[in-house]
Amino acid sequence: MERPAWAPQGIDLNVPSVSRMYDYYLGGSHNFEVDREAARRAIAAWPGLPKIMQVNRAFMRRAIRYAIGEGVTQFLDIGSGIPTFGNVHEVAQAVHPGCRVVYVDNDPVAVAHSRAVLEGQDGAAIVSADFRSPQDVLESPEVEWLLDLDRPVALMLVSVLHFIEDRDEPVKTVAEFCRALAPGSLLVLSHGSPEGGPRRDGGRSLRQVYSTTNTPLVIRPRSEIERLFDGFRLVEPGLVTVPHWRPDSPPELEDPVAFSGFAGVGRRPELAG
Amino acid sequence: MTSSGHERDELDDDTSPAPAADPGDDGIRRFATIWSRAVYPATQTSMTRAELEDYLYPLARLLGEALHARPFTPAPGWGVGRALVDAHCTSPDVLPPALGVVESYLVLYGSPPGSLPVDEARSRCARLQHAIAAGFARALRERTLAEQEALSRAALAAQTAVEEALHASETRFRAVFKDATIGIGIADMNGRLRDANGALARMFGRSEEEMRRRNLNDWVHPDDAPGVWRLHHELARGERDHFRVEKPYQRPDGTVLWTNLTVSLLRDADGEPCYQLALMEDITERRLLHLRLRYEATHDELTGLPNRTLFAERLDRILAAGSSVKRFGLCYLDIDGFKAVNDSLGHAVGDQLLVSVAERLQSCCPAPSHLVARIGGDEFVVLISDPEGREEVTSLARAALAALATPISVDGRKLSVRASIGIVEGPTQGDLGPAEVLRSADITMYRAKDAGGNRYELADPDSDARAIDRHSLTNHLPAALERDEFFLEYQPLIRMSDGHVDGAEALVRWAHPVHGRLGPDRFIPLAEHTGLIVPLGRWVLEQAVRQACDWAVGRTLRVNVNLSPRQLHHPDLVPDTIAVLESAGVEPSSLCLEVTESALIGADADELKPLWQLAEMGVDIALDDFGTGYSNLANLRKLPATTLKLDRSFTQGLQRHPADPVDVTFVEGIVSLAHALGLAVTVEGVETEHQADQLRDLGCDTAQGWYYARPAPAAEFGRDWGCPSP
Repeated sequence: MERPAWAPQGIDLNVPSVSRMYDYYLGGSHNFEVDREAARRAIAAWPGLPKIMQVNRAFMRRAIRYAIGEGVTQFLDIGSGIPTFGNVHEVAQAVHPGCRVVYVDNDPVAVAHSRAVLEGQDGAAIVSADFRSPQDVLESPEVEWLLDLDRPVALMLVSVLHFIEDRDEPVKTVAEFCRALAPGSLLVLSHGSPEGGPRRDGGRSLRQVYSTTNTPLVIRPRSEIERLFDGFRLVEPGLVTVPHWRPDSPPELEDPVAFSGFAGVGRRPELAG
Repeated sequence: MTSSGHERDELDDDTSPAPAADPGDDGIRRFATIWSRAVYPATQTSMTRAELEDYLYPLARLLGEALHARPFTPAPGWGVGRALVDAHCTSPDVLPPALGVVESYLVLYGSPPGSLPVDEARSRCARLQHAIAAGFARALRERTLAEQEALSRAALAAQTAVEEALHASETRFRAVFKDATIGIGIADMNGRLRDANGALARMFGRSEEEMRRRNLNDWVHPDDAPGVWRLHHELARGERDHFRVEKPYQRPDGTVLWTNLTVSLLRDADGEPCYQLALMEDITERRLLHLRLRYEATHDELTGLPNRTLFAERLDRILAAGSSVKRFGLCYLDIDGFKAVNDSLGHAVGDQLLVSVAERLQSCCPAPSHLVARIGGDEFVVLISDPEGREEVTSLARAALAALATPISVDGRKLSVRASIGIVEGPTQGDLGPAEVLRSADITMYRAKDAGGNRYELADPDSDARAIDRHSLTNHLPAALERDEFFLEYQPLIRMSDGHVDGAEALVRWAHPVHGRLGPDRFIPLAEHTGLIVPLGRWVLEQAVRQACDWAVGRTLRVNVNLSPRQLHHPDLVPDTIAVLESAGVEPSSLCLEVTESALIGADADELKPLWQLAEMGVDIALDDFGTGYSNLANLRKLPATTLKLDRSFTQGLQRHPADPVDVTFVEGIVSLAHALGLAVTVEGVETEHQADQLRDLGCDTAQGWYYARPAPAAEFGRDWGCPSP
């Protein structure tokens, strides 16, 4: 008999989790041996992988500051993972104490940990939901409580959509979020891609590592990543390799592997249809 | 990842100018710059390089001050090590470049030249490095432990949440299980019931506890559908995932529980069968109702016999391809004159009679291979599966007739029942389908009836074919009238006194598109039977009268038209006839209606009234086929007839030479009788001159026959007899 849809998902700590692997890449210890083992295999398949994560984190920080500079102080961070050094609310509230942040993740352990970290925080909360079900996110009490959807929101999809398979229609889902957001809202997005970085094997061996997790990896070419911005207008400098997006320091100093992916920020036009 | 050695080379190039004279703030800043460049590649911080440098600057200052502190203590190094971990420099790879820069540049940039003896400075620098390493290690250990603990707590919290959700879901499931109105039972693969809900226990009239001691395999019931246990064994062996049947169970109180049972196989995660899930719906009452409705739908209320529906189902099944029955026999029985019983004695008597007939038929057919059914008002059938031979069927028919012959006592009367039986006997896999078998039996029954009734006949293909032909003609009659497929021919009536034409009899024919030209004997009885004779007769009358009108220019020519019994009794006969005559502008005396003698037998004054009305208007009435109907001669007086048409059977004897003296005497007598009553005599079937001469000598007034002319189309008739054509 199949488990009915409304029964809760179990937790299997023997299966590597992408959010705990991500934490490991960033030097954290919020991970189990099974995660570290998978992460080490991933690094072997794609040396320098932690660097890619690091530049993504740096991009996120730059994008947050950009958003605040544009007057956007509400953040919806989907696929937030394990809270680690330099979270959205830390970065944002350091610049502007009134910023409000709603984190969203579908990993129950990441959600439980986020809940512990955010306990007592006024301007930030975590929702246990999935990118693939926008209604669950947008109609959650946390979003209702913290975000004013009549005003612009920065939708953060940093290093997350390469875990969404085509059959889950990421373009359509992003568009669904877009429709719920006020004009002037921003889409902050980065996505892994073999283009831009050293080519190696196009990510095949890395995909094999992620196939052992519950979250397979989908590497997309630049043209497909650009389509995710349907309904948004890319701000300068457009969709570029991650270190090239409004850099603080010369991108040339980065390890070549750091260029394996694209980042961009889009704005929802005032009269978007 | 870039090696720290490489970084060092770059730094050496970068720092080629001599250290500043003042080691103060500029020196510390310089140190922080070098330090941050060395450390940055090994960190996983998301700080920018500039941010890291800003972060390291106060730490560099702390180290510089520690180098000169009096008394010297390496303790600030602990704090610096911890601060590195706090800045997310959590990889041990950070230590070599971080300590390497302290080793190489702290003394150089961190103290004014000569402020400390070189050896002392080197020693202090080393001790500071030891403290940094220790501080880093302790902070990293604390952080790692804290994060691991936080993670464990998070995992536990998440698992607790899942368990709570599971518990909630389990509770919901229990509620569904417990409160469902459908019976639910879960058994292991040996059939032992592990869990049963209240609904199931109530259906079986046992407690839930008692139910748990039962085994599915013990629930065999004599009325189990064939194959139900085979399905169950297949499921128990894991070859089938579910099945659905109607299944009876014995209740402890002796009653039977009927259920709609669905059994599903539950497999474990590896796909191995582990449980059987039985869902049962109590359909006992619904089934009883269904059985009762089914019985009512398939049985005759009056006699209790199976009805036409059940008989048709049985016949279909017997004749179906692959039927286990090889031969069949069918007796189709219809009571002779039952309508008369109903009409004269009333329906109550008729019904009692039917009940008795049903009982007697059943008493002749005790075998289960015989099905007796009432399929219509007074129609019964006996269907025999696999009769021994034709003889068994015919002897059954004889037995049935004999059983009915013994008078039946109804309402104080003794009624003897006669019946006609049509028998069809043959192979079940032959050419005949159920409809053909039934039609053949029906046709054959009518043959028995036509042969006088109270007998049986066996079906034979030729008789069937003729009947089917009749059937097909009957069906096509209405369309034929619409499509103008009928036409008239005329045969002259010759005045014997002078040999001149006196009139013409209109005779109808059918130009059938398939069978060609058909005479009235082929279709008039059918039209009479179906009632189509009324419109057809009116059409003939119109045509004939119009023709008579055309011919009547300058002379008088009467036209004879036949009137069937049904037309005779039709209420519109008089107005229709008047309308036709008026519309054609023809005198009533130009029309003679021929009515058969038999049609008038037994007619009372009321029934004769229309004919009288017509006769009084001046229409001639001829009594057709006179001499065949055993008519009461005394009645002739009461009839409005003006002419007797002597049947051809009387004139046939006059064809011989010498003429049959008996026939001569007959004709002579009839003619004198007719003339005495003021009636003219017309003879039919005159074929020879000798015959004609004799009939004239006997005093007949008019004659018709092939001797004079055969029936011919109007145009030919007009040409031959000097009548103008239209």
